[in-house]
Parts: sequence; C-alpha cells; structure tokens
Amino acid sequence: MDVDIPEETNVEAATRIRPRWGRILVWVGLLTLLGILAWALIRNRQGPVSIGSQVPDFTLTTFEGENIKLSDLKGKVVVLNFWASWCKPCEEEAADLEAAWRHYQPRGDVVFLGVDYVDTEPEARAYLEKFDITYTNGPDLGTRISQAFRITGVPETYTIDQEGLLRHMQFGPFPNLESILKVVDPLLSQ
Amino acid sequence: MSMLTKNSVIKLIYLLLILLAASLLANGAALAQEPDPATITDDQVNAIAKQLYCPVCENIPLDVCGTQACAQWRELIRLKLSQGQSEAEIKAYFVAQYGDRVLAAPPARGLNWLLYVIPPLAILGGVYILYRAYKTWKQPAPQVTQPKPVAASSDEYVARIEEELRKR
Repeated sequence: MDVDIPEETNVEAATRIRPRWGRILVWVGLLTLLGILAWALIRNRQGPVSIGSQVPDFTLTTFEGENIKLSDLKGKVVVLNFWASWCKPCEEEAADLEAAWRHYQPRGDVVFLGVDYVDTEPEARAYLEKFDITYTNGPDLGTRISQAFRITGVPETYTIDQEGLLRHMQFGPFPNLESILKVVDPLLSQ
Repeated sequence: MSMLTKNSVIKLIYLLLILLAASLLANGAALAQEPDPATITDDQVNAIAKQLYCPVCENIPLDVCGTQACAQWRELIRLKLSQGQSEAEIKAYFVAQYGDRVLAAPPARGLNWLLYVIPPLAILGGVYILYRAYKTWKQPAPQVTQPKPVAASSDEYVARIEEELRKR
C-alpha cells in the first residue's frame, strides 16, 4: 500500500530544519553575553577584602622607584594606608600615622605603606613634605592595588598580620594615635 | 706705560663684553627651556581633558568635573603641554598612571573588544529580522485548498445511503 505524502509537509519540514543552526548561534551568543554581564555584576558586588582572609599580593613602586612586594614582608605587620593629596580627611590622620610609624620603626617588625590613590605626583610629594611623612609611599599605578582591595574611598587603612591575613579595616581616618596602636599592638603580642 | 694701560683697558672691556654676551646667551637658552604652563590655554587643556575620566568621579568627563582631584589632573595636563608633550604622550601617561578606565574610548583589547563588536552585530541582526519580516508580509496569503470532491462511489450500497441522505 503506497502512502502519498503531501508536498506541503516536505516543505514545512525543510523550513523548520533550515534556520535551526542560526537560532542556536543567536541563543549561545545571548547566553554568553548574559554570563559575562552576571560575572561583572557579581564581581562589582563582592565588596572589599574580608577580615581573616588572605590579602591579594601586590607590588608598590615607591616615589623613589623602589619596588616593594607585599609577599616579601611576611613575618611583619603591614599597615597599608590608601590616601590622596586632594583628600581632606586624609590630612586628619596623616600626623598620627607618621607618629605611629616612628613609634614602631625601631622594632623592625612593623611596616607602614602609603598607597597614593588617583593623584598627581607634584601634589602628592608636596603632601608628604607638608606632613613630614617618612614611611614608604608610592603611587597606585594603574589603580591596580586599590582595585585588588576593592577600596570604597580614601582614606582607608588595612592592617595585615605576619601571615598575610587581613586583621583590621579602617574606613575613614583614624581618630588619633591611640586608635592605631590599639590595632597594631595585639598583632605584635601574638 | 700709558699705552700699555690703554691697551689693557681695551682688552678688559672686550673681555667684559664677551662675558656679558655669553651670560646673556646662557640665560636666553635657560629661559627657552623653562616650561611656562601659563602660556597654555584652557581650550588646549580641555581638548585632552574631555577624552579622560577621573576614576574618583565616574561618568563625568575631566574637562567639566569640579572636584579638586580633577582640577589637579587638568593642571598636570597643562604642565605636560608646556613641556612640549603631545596629546598621545599625555594620554599614555594617564593610562600608565591610572589604568585604561581613564579613557573615554577604551582600547579594543581583552573584553573591551565586545564593546566594539556587539553594537554592529546587533544592528545587522535587527536588519536581518526586519528583512525577513518584510519578506513574509509581501508573500501572498496561502491559498486555502478546497477539499477534493469525493469520487463517486461505485459501491451501490454507499450510493444508496448518500441518496437517502440527500432526500432528508
């Protein structure tokens, strides 16, 4: 018994199959785009580095041209301060940070690092001279360090212990010298 | 003796004149090398500043941003222009210092290339969809196929039923 397939059915089947690869391509493209967008959004919403976690390693090129790698400072407490010459609240803590550095400097197991965020070099150097800052400072080249720490503004200070773990975050200026000592001293007695 | 003195005085005057000319030339050369930011106009600064964005105040071009950080950046552009640096050199300096994100038009590398590829692709896709839709609208409506008349049955029994049905 011969079954006579109508001609329309063949044509319909052909039109159904033909654009399938195009549709798949469009869907793959759209899903890829959505994936990238979701990844970017999640990354932006991650927030700053959390207390107790390993801080990202970085290299700070100082204003004198010396390279300082954070991982080379293991075994020491690192006080990492983000600042800028255009930042008025940074001026409030500048003298206290310098005083704290001079307090710990003879011990040799505490390092202060100043990261100059989105600043211009002449003004940054004038700022360091104005507040007589003697601890190591350098520009945040390419804003790489501030992005790694996902800072929310300046001033911000991150205190890192001898194992490279983040132990304290200070958003805004330290109110006085005692508040800095209160953060660093417990780490030295460990 | 008086002749000697006169000659000596003339020589001394020549020597002084030479020294004076040399010092003037030296000063002139030093002045020519000294950059003077005051000679750079705001328009010259803003022509570069409008292509840059300070990360502190996102989405505001540097030429119209009112923060102190941006004012410092504009002064730095002025200083670099007065030192004879070109627009490309100044932009390269800012990228090296603060990263790609300071540029109004990000360079087409890494994920950035998507910014340049997706819009033309989306436009082409839209044009294709419109073209397909236009073609569909232009096509005549499909003919409604009439059911084929049922061939007269040779079956006597069926023929009789049909006749009976027609009568009712």
